[in-house]
Amino acid sequence: MKGMSLIVRTIANISFPFILIYGFYIIAHGHLTPGGGFQGGAVVASGLVLMLIAYNAEWISQRIKESHLSIFESLGALSFVLLAFLGIIFGTAFFSNFLVGTESLFGGIPLDGAANINTGGIIPLMNFAVGLKVIAGLFAIVYVMAHFISKKEGKIA
Amino acid sequence: MFLEAIHIILPVFIILAAIIAILLKDLLASVIALAAMSLLLSLEFFILHAPDVAIAEAAVGACLTTAIFILAIKATKRNEEEV
Repeated sequence: MKGMSLIVRTIANISFPFILIYGFYIIAHGHLTPGGGFQGGAVVASGLVLMLIAYNAEWISQRIKESHLSIFESLGALSFVLLAFLGIIFGTAFFSNFLVGTESLFGGIPLDGAANINTGGIIPLMNFAVGLKVIAGLFAIVYVMAHFISKKEGKIA
Repeated sequence: MFLEAIHIILPVFIILAAIIAILLKDLLASVIALAAMSLLLSLEFFILHAPDVAIAEAAVGACLTTAIFILAIKATKRNEEEV
């Protein structure tokens, strides 16, 4: 499978970092603004797929391996469940928000009602876990499909 | 008044884009029309006060499915044959 033209590749190179920053912004602000782990992860995966379409599958496979994507996807799901079980140990119940009210990261309570990034307890951490899983999962689908197509083209030619 | 006009005009454009996507014989142009339909649909979701759904629709509907369709077109022929 050949890559696209120089125009497509230049535009993809320019817009790729902005798409990544927008997606990570949606993930990090999931407890304050619309969006969250799934939406931001889908945006970041869209940016990665844009690079996969603009360049060819071999160019991507030199940089990211499919087994690493599987590891990241499993890591996201495992950290989500692990955070939920930590609620039993440190809090009261499954999914208990044990970080709220403490001095740790994301532990603040907004007393004046204004939007503050340092609040939410374990909710931002769970958004990060879901975002990692969605990025790896959605990108792996298109990645495997592109590799299947490039292998099939190699057999014909 | 302005919002009511948008609520009437936007679904008309969504249906028009969907009809164009069916009628076109060039499959790549048809996929672009489908992406335009998805983008207008996400705008409609945003006007209906569902920004969560709008972001998910714009990312998945307008970008990821378009990429998968383009990969599928690359693996097959670009033009639909006349019957």
